[in-house]
Amino acid sequence: MDMNQYLDIFIEETKEHLQSMNEILLKLESFTYDKDLLNEMFRIAHTIKGMSGTMGYQNIAGLTHEMENVLDLIRNDELKTTEEIVDILFECFDQLEGYINNIEQEGREGENRSEDLIRSLENIKLGKTAEKTPPAAPGSKQEPDSSSPDPLGNIALPEHVAQAAEKSRKEGLSSYFIKTTLDEKCMLKSARAYIFINRLERVGEIVYSNPSIEDIEDENFDLSFEVLLISKEEQDFLEKEVDDISEIKSIDFTELRGQKGGVDAEEKPETEGEDLPVASPKTPENPAVEKTPASKEKQENGNKGKTGKTVRVDIDRLDNLMNLVSELIIIKTRLEDADGKQDAAKVNETTEYLERITTSLHDAVMKVRMVPIERVFNRFPRMVRDLSKDLSKDIQLDMAGKETEVDRTVIDEIGDPLIHLIRNSIDHGIEGPEVRRESGKEAKGTVRLEAYPDGNTVVIEVEDDGKGIDVEKVKEKAFNKGLITTQQKEQMEDSDAVDLLFTPGFSTADQVSDLSGRGVGLDVVKTKIESLGGDIEVTSKPGIGSKSVIRLPLTLAIIQALLVKVEAEKYAIPLNTIKEITTIHKDKIRDIQGNKVALYRDATLPILKLAELLRVPPVEKEFEDPEHTVVIIRKGDKTAGIIVDDLIGQQEIVIKSLGKFLNNIEGIAGATILGNGTVALIVDTNSFFRKEGK
Amino acid sequence: MSQTQQYVIFKLEGESYGIPIEYVKTIEKMTEMTRVPNAPDYLEGVINLRGEVVPIINMRKRFDLSELDEAEDTRTIILELEEISVGMIVDSSSEVLSINNSAIDQTISLDAAVQDEHIRGIGKIDERMIILLNLYKVLQIQDSETLS
Repeated sequence: MDMNQYLDIFIEETKEHLQSMNEILLKLESFTYDKDLLNEMFRIAHTIKGMSGTMGYQNIAGLTHEMENVLDLIRNDELKTTEEIVDILFECFDQLEGYINNIEQEGREGENRSEDLIRSLENIKLGKTAEKTPPAAPGSKQEPDSSSPDPLGNIALPEHVAQAAEKSRKEGLSSYFIKTTLDEKCMLKSARAYIFINRLERVGEIVYSNPSIEDIEDENFDLSFEVLLISKEEQDFLEKEVDDISEIKSIDFTELRGQKGGVDAEEKPETEGEDLPVASPKTPENPAVEKTPASKEKQENGNKGKTGKTVRVDIDRLDNLMNLVSELIIIKTRLEDADGKQDAAKVNETTEYLERITTSLHDAVMKVRMVPIERVFNRFPRMVRDLSKDLSKDIQLDMAGKETEVDRTVIDEIGDPLIHLIRNSIDHGIEGPEVRRESGKEAKGTVRLEAYPDGNTVVIEVEDDGKGIDVEKVKEKAFNKGLITTQQKEQMEDSDAVDLLFTPGFSTADQVSDLSGRGVGLDVVKTKIESLGGDIEVTSKPGIGSKSVIRLPLTLAIIQALLVKVEAEKYAIPLNTIKEITTIHKDKIRDIQGNKVALYRDATLPILKLAELLRVPPVEKEFEDPEHTVVIIRKGDKTAGIIVDDLIGQQEIVIKSLGKFLNNIEGIAGATILGNGTVALIVDTNSFFRKEGK
Repeated sequence: MSQTQQYVIFKLEGESYGIPIEYVKTIEKMTEMTRVPNAPDYLEGVINLRGEVVPIINMRKRFDLSELDEAEDTRTIILELEEISVGMIVDSSSEVLSINNSAIDQTISLDAAVQDEHIRGIGKIDERMIILLNLYKVLQIQDSETLS
């Protein structure tokens, strides 16, 4: 049976459960003993056990089962929550998370049976209440059965089938239960299965199949399927009949004899010695649990790590979307009705209305993709807890703006950069308790994480009240690593020095610790954030703390852009990077040490030519206007002017990827399709600043 | 056991080349192209293929053949492999042939235009010789060049 369709849901739901479990554990840790919390935790463990059992993930089920036992004792006041227990529960949580990640990436939970953890859990249980029987066991054991969407093999023959088999047996016919497994390399599974079934139908009658014949034809099955065949032929004869079909791995024949009435094929004939796949629901150690992973493994190997991304959407938002789509249909009808010549006004009106609807539609679709950033933030309390324990620092994490919504793509990508920043704050920023007391600070350090929407962007701030960034040390280090010259070192301003942190291969930690400071830190963070179309700025005050501000676009798919013309092509410059547009006369542009600079609004403005930046092959021109059209772009507080040939106008553009084949073209962030169907490339203005800085 | 495979045949400078049919998404006539800066020169540009932006390679430039003006027969073969969509401009393409695996010769080509590693073999069918391309090699090389 194909469980793949449930896999995504399983992973998604289990992750959610684990998240709540994490929160509860953190609360338990501060010894807020609360019955509701324990009940909730117990319920979560129980649910995960049930789900994983159904999916055939035995190791998860086994571990959660033991967790459940211990939790049950705690909530029945037979055990006290000690630090030791919470620590072990945390380890269990980690282990479960590991399993889920494995499943997500490879499609299986992995070999680790977490025996150590189970043993520790058992010890806790036995240590306190040796004579107690695990209370949760009997009730929950059946969970996989009742809620199961019948995993492979967990199928009793329907009553009418059993009766038919019984009836034919009385007529001197034999009924065989045949389990066929196809070769893994089989290309056309349904075709093979069809040949097989066809052959059998020549010599008998197939009264039952699992999955159904339709599903087999539609290829809705793994590698194996089962049929019940009624035939007057002997088993040997049948075996010969299907023997020569290629690409079949194994065929197990089981003759059913002496069935009683409607009872399913419970009696396993000893002759075959094979485990009959018709399992009795009463058997507690359900073969289904054992068989599914095996077949799953084979199947998953084919499409490793291809679990799709999903978004859970508030039904209101979908309703809204639905509404807008019906509006679109109405508009379409209206336009069809309108006669272009006579109803010019009506057409105009309708077009205007259409515009409003598409705007709302865009808005609604965007909202569907939005997820609260809570999902990312939630894992940090635990991380901070672990880190502060490891480093024996006392650190408190304050979080605000958890409900801020960001695009789903951002959610997946922003986690790692944030982890890095928080780790940096804890590892390098915040001092040990003694040092803090000496410098007149509170012994407890604080890391503050805040997200809030700001216009068309989302801002995430990571702030700590540690010692701040030692600018001199940064410069020294950069100098030692050959990243800057002596002159640069002396003249560099503090804010520029902080930027050095983002240079590849830079790390300020005196000692390379396990946590951060592997020298691959902040530049990776920066690259990641820029790939999401955002930017990051770090500010620091010595002795007071440092602050990183990440700015991300609200949505990645659709942006406002300025279309410009360069040589033969049109390019789109994202509007949020544009400060202003102006014209600068050719004569006003000076050449200073090979760099073109103009004086603009009493400040020097580096001038770059887009055509040269992009190395666009020039097209012959008859006449050059001495007044250059300059688009002034900005990044943080830096600005630069870009000369373009012509301005076309502002437009809403849909960002399309250039595909994997062209994913690293310098200066180009993506492409978009214009109204006339041609492709325009989107300029990555940030990359110009990088180049210019060097 | 002999197996046959179907190949989309295209022509380049009079020579016939074959690509396994499962990699071919569609064959298109030439459409308007947008040049891509900072890209290898054989990358002709990108096109809008029904809402998808697809990079297009000029096979003549790829194999260092002399350039030819766009003609009536010029086609763009859109390939899809390893989730990468890419198109290639060829002189013409109008047939699909079944070539038996046993009729594929592994001997190296003598055609100087195409490097040996780009060739998987020579398929023979009714006196005709079809150069079977190793698409991975042809495309991967571009990949690494694009990255560098």
